[in-house]
Formats: sequence, structure tokens, C-alpha cells
Amino acid sequence: MSIKKFAVAVYDDEAVLFPAVKKVRKAGYKIHDVYTPFAVHGLDVALGEKESDLHVAGFIYGITGTSTALGFMGWIYTTDWPQNFGGKPFFPLPAFIPITFELTVLFAAVGMVLTFCYLNQIMPGVKKHIFDKRQTDDKFVMAIEVNEENAAETEAFLKSTGAEETNIQIAESEWWYGRFDKKEEYEIQQQLV
Amino acid sequence: MHLKYESIIREALVDGNKDYHQVTQDICAPIENKPTKQWYIGFWLSFSLLMFGVFSVAWEVYWGTGVWNLNRTIGWGWDITNFVWWVGIGHAGTLISAILLLFRQGWRTGVNRAAEAMTIFAVMCAGQFPIWHMGRVWDAFFVLPYGNTRGPIWTNFVSPLLWDVFAISTYFTVSLLFWYSGLIPDFATIRDRAKTKFRKMAYGFASFGWTGSAKHWQRHEMLSLVLAGLSTPLVLSVHTIVSFDFATSVIPGWHTTIFPPYFVAGAVFSGFAMVQTLLIITRKVLKLEDYITIGHLEAMNKVIVLTGSIVGVAYLTELFIAFYSGVLWEQEAFRLRVLGPYWWAYWAMMTCNVVSPQLFWFKKLRRNVWFTFFMSIIVNIGMWFERFVIIMSLHRDYLPSSWSYYTPSWPEVGFYLGSFGLFFTCFFLFVKYFPVIAIAEIKFVLKTSGENFKKKMTKYEEQSDEHFYEEQSHHH
Repeated sequence: MSIKKFAVAVYDDEAVLFPAVKKVRKAGYKIHDVYTPFAVHGLDVALGEKESDLHVAGFIYGITGTSTALGFMGWIYTTDWPQNFGGKPFFPLPAFIPITFELTVLFAAVGMVLTFCYLNQIMPGVKKHIFDKRQTDDKFVMAIEVNEENAAETEAFLKSTGAEETNIQIAESEWWYGRFDKKEEYEIQQQLV
Repeated sequence: MHLKYESIIREALVDGNKDYHQVTQDICAPIENKPTKQWYIGFWLSFSLLMFGVFSVAWEVYWGTGVWNLNRTIGWGWDITNFVWWVGIGHAGTLISAILLLFRQGWRTGVNRAAEAMTIFAVMCAGQFPIWHMGRVWDAFFVLPYGNTRGPIWTNFVSPLLWDVFAISTYFTVSLLFWYSGLIPDFATIRDRAKTKFRKMAYGFASFGWTGSAKHWQRHEMLSLVLAGLSTPLVLSVHTIVSFDFATSVIPGWHTTIFPPYFVAGAVFSGFAMVQTLLIITRKVLKLEDYITIGHLEAMNKVIVLTGSIVGVAYLTELFIAFYSGVLWEQEAFRLRVLGPYWWAYWAMMTCNVVSPQLFWFKKLRRNVWFTFFMSIIVNIGMWFERFVIIMSLHRDYLPSSWSYYTPSWPEVGFYLGSFGLFFTCFFLFVKYFPVIAIAEIKFVLKTSGENFKKKMTKYEEQSDEHFYEEQSHHH
């Protein structure tokens, strides 16, 4: 667990968000993350994120599926238990194609989804801090990690970038196992303050 | 001006005056409100059908497959007909979610969630038929390739029936993953709006702790794209393999190379019809007419008329090739289809699949909700008969003494009704607890394709190219 302090800005529209991201980065702030209710195209570029290599992982899983299917069926029909089906060859490649194809797709899809969950650190039972409940509805939320000294100044800067609302939050920056119907210790303390 | 621009000539995908919050509000409403009386009636009706199905299947398992009216020539009856029919229905969901994604068809966003759900439920129904047809269903795991205890005897990897096992199970798994990965962000939306303790917990669990981080969205987009790329050949392969069940056997009327494309076209045809049936009711009952517009229905009707025509060409080609082959058995098989004891099934198929969908060439009919609903039922009846006609080719084999006429027994009919029960029970639960429309995807297209946003574009449309360029270049 690592509880940190964040300056949070809530934007109303992606058209406001883009110039804001530009300004914040230009001013030298390190953006913790931006949360949006849907995939905003180009936001990853604006944030300087690399392109995802998930498709490469998918290709590797697919190839694994192909070789598993061909290897397994080939081993069974040529080595483990060769059978003669009407004089056809022991390694009938055309007849292996359907299963090979299906396993390629299956391995690629399952592997990619699991990798996706692992990279994003998402899983049933995982809980993360939600900076603003409307970030999955209609608002675009930016969070910047701050310390005692620069908190007020950062918040003021965010306000100047066109944010609709800004605030300072104490938040857990990692994921943890938890339930969304229960408040965490740090959230309760924050409310008391 | 918004970051992306679409001409106002294109019909709006979201009607009415909407913003992001309104979209969330509209789509979450059925989940957050108490279900209507209609929902309860529908659900319990489906559930009782399901229970009747369970009883029919239990009867069959207890007494054995002998209680089905299968006989010497007709080893496959209603059971396999229903299997192929349900698998076919599933295909539209994947077509909408995967192929239309690759083709960048914006209108898929309104219907893809429900269509994919339909796919999953239809494949679940389809899977029941081969499993319970096994008779000794406790041995069903024999279809899996495990080295058994009687020595290293494996499943037959060169049999289309085993290919089916792999195809259907892969199809189910991949569709489920594709569907669920799209649902995760929407569950997060419901979770963050939730008022009740239970809803917060349940949707918190179902949303996997999704936050909407920019990096996660980037990966999400990549995942959807690659899964779409994988599902596209997958969906074509599944019905191809189903058609191999017939096409690789040496039976007159079945042993043809036209089967794979003809089955795939037929599958898409019946699938779209089922999507129409479900969505026309859903949009009305859940008041989602702004999201599933007449334009959406029309687009799907265009697919129906296209695939219906492909199927029609396939039927005629089959007849011609049977004649042209000069093979007596082949000719006789087709003569019997058209004029034999099952002539009524053949002509029902022809009327429902080939003749009546041609009415969709008229724009007025394509945009008529009642007519579309009626036609969607007709098409599904027709497609059921198509499979029935193909399978009934078995009723006369080479030995006249074993010629027979098959009618289903009550457990077979009960099983079929039960599959409807399963399908609709799942669908009713889906419309109550799941976002029926992909919320995040609608928001993604809202500013380019929403009616109120499109209207704002009129002034840009009317500008001259030079003026537009000059004005826009000042922004940067």
C-alpha cells in the first residue's frame, strides 16, 4: 500500500482536456493518470504513452496454439497411436487444419485477455481508488501526485487549464483486494478532516 | 468544433438531444429501476418453458434416446436441426461485433452488446443438442482428447464431429471474452452510479476494478481490435465446420462443396433476423428507440436481403448442379426434396427464405418496424426449415424397405421448446442486469453521430472549402 496525495482536476469535455494535457506537460508536471469514460483517441499520444504491444503478445499466443495443435495431433497419429483411416497418410495435414485454426484463435484470445487483465492489474475482487465517481460517466479526470509544498500551487495551475473543478485528495495509488460497497480507512479519515 | 467530423448526410446513430450523462442515464435506467410487469411475465414464461425442456431432457436421459422418433434412415432429426439453427443464429452477433468493427461501421455500436449476448445464449442452446443426443450423457467428456484408461486411444481428430467440438467451444469462449471485455468499463459506470450496497458490491466485482485510465483504454482498444480480427475468421470457420458435418459424408444431397459458404450466409441471415426480433421488442420495452433507431433496423434489413439472396442463389445452384452432375442418386435426392413426402418443408423454406425477404428491396418496408418484426420471424422459420430439409434428405436411402417418414416425439419438441426457454431466460436476465447497449462505445461516437451534434455541423457543411480551411487553421 502506498498512500499519496494528489491534485485532481475534473474536465467537462475532451476538447478542453486535450489542451489542458498539453499545458500541464509543458509546465513540467508529471501526470499520474487521466481517467475518461470512454476511449478518447489520441489521448495516449498526447500523454506520451508508447503504443501498446498487446498485439505482439497475441501473435505469440496464437503461434503457441498452432504448434500445440499440430504437434499434439501429429505426435498422436504418427507416434503414440498410429491408425490407418482408409489408407490415408498418418499425418493428414488438411484434416488437421480446422482444429489447428481453432486452437490458434483460442490461445490467442484467452492469452490476450489474461495479459490485458495482468497489465491493467484488473481482476474480480480488485479495488482501486476512484478519484471522481463521474469519471466513468461524463467527466474527464486528471490526477497529479503532489507533496505538502506544491499542492496548492498545482491545484491552482490545474484550475487555470480550464478544469471545471479541482481538489486535493489522499488516495491509494495501487490496487488492493476490496469491496466497492465499503469505505477504506484512508477515505474515512479524509472525510473527518 | 469536435475533433472528428462526419457529414450530416449520414443518418444520426443517436437520436434526440443527448450528452454523455444522458447516455449513461438512459442505458442504466432499466438496471436501476424495478422491472416492469411485462418483464416478470416474460421471464416466468421463459422459465417455465425451460423447466419443460429440463423435464423432456430428463425423460430422454432416463429412458434413452429411443424416446425420440429417430429411426433407421433418419439418425438425425429435430435434434441436429435445432443445433445447426441455434449455432447459425449466434453468427450475427459476432458479425456485428467483429466484422463490422473491422469495416468501421458506426451503427454497430447501438446493437453490438445485445447481439453478442444473443450469440452467447444461442451457442449455449446449440451446445445442448449434441450433448443430450449422446444418450449416455455422463460419458460426454469422451469428446475431449484425453488419453483414457483403456490405453492411449484418442479422439478422432480427422472427424468433422470432433472439429465441431473444438469449433463450438472455441467460438463460445472467444465470444464470451470479447463480450465481457467490452462490458468491464460499462459495469464500472454502473458501479460508480450505484446507490444500493448490493449493486456497489456486485458491479464492483464484475467491473474488475476498472478505473478508465488512459493507458487501460489504449490497451482496451487494441484488445478489441485484435479480438475482432480473430473472431472474423473464427465465425466463418464455425459454420463452415458445422457444414462439414454434412458435406464430408457421402450422402446424396449433402456431399457438396457449396455447403460452407451457403451455411455461413444462411447463418448470418437467420442471426440478423433473430437480432431484429429481440431488438425491436427490447428498444420498445426499455425505451431505447433513440439508440436503436429505424436506421439501425434498416441497416440490418439490408444485410438480411443480401444474405437471403445469397441463400436463394445457393438453393438454385444446388438444384442445377444435381441436374448437371448426371448422378442419378443426386438427382433423386433433390427431386424428393422438392416433390417428395417433405415437399411442404421445402416450399416453406423457399417462400420464407428466398421469396419474402425480397420485399426488403423497398425502402418503405425496410423502415417499417412492424413489417421488420414480422419478417424476422418468417426468416427464422424459413431457416429452421432449411436445416430440416437438408437433414430429411435421409428419409429415403438406397434400400426401399427402410424408407420412412419421420415426425418428432414429444420429448424432441419439448427439448426444442426448452432451448427457447433457456435462450429467453438468459436474455431476460441480461436486459435486467446488464447494460443492453455499449455505453462507452455510444459515447465514443456521440459527438460525431449524435443527432444534436450533427445539427451543429450544418454551418460547416455550408462553408466553402477555402473558408473552412482558413477558419480551422487559425486554431492551431
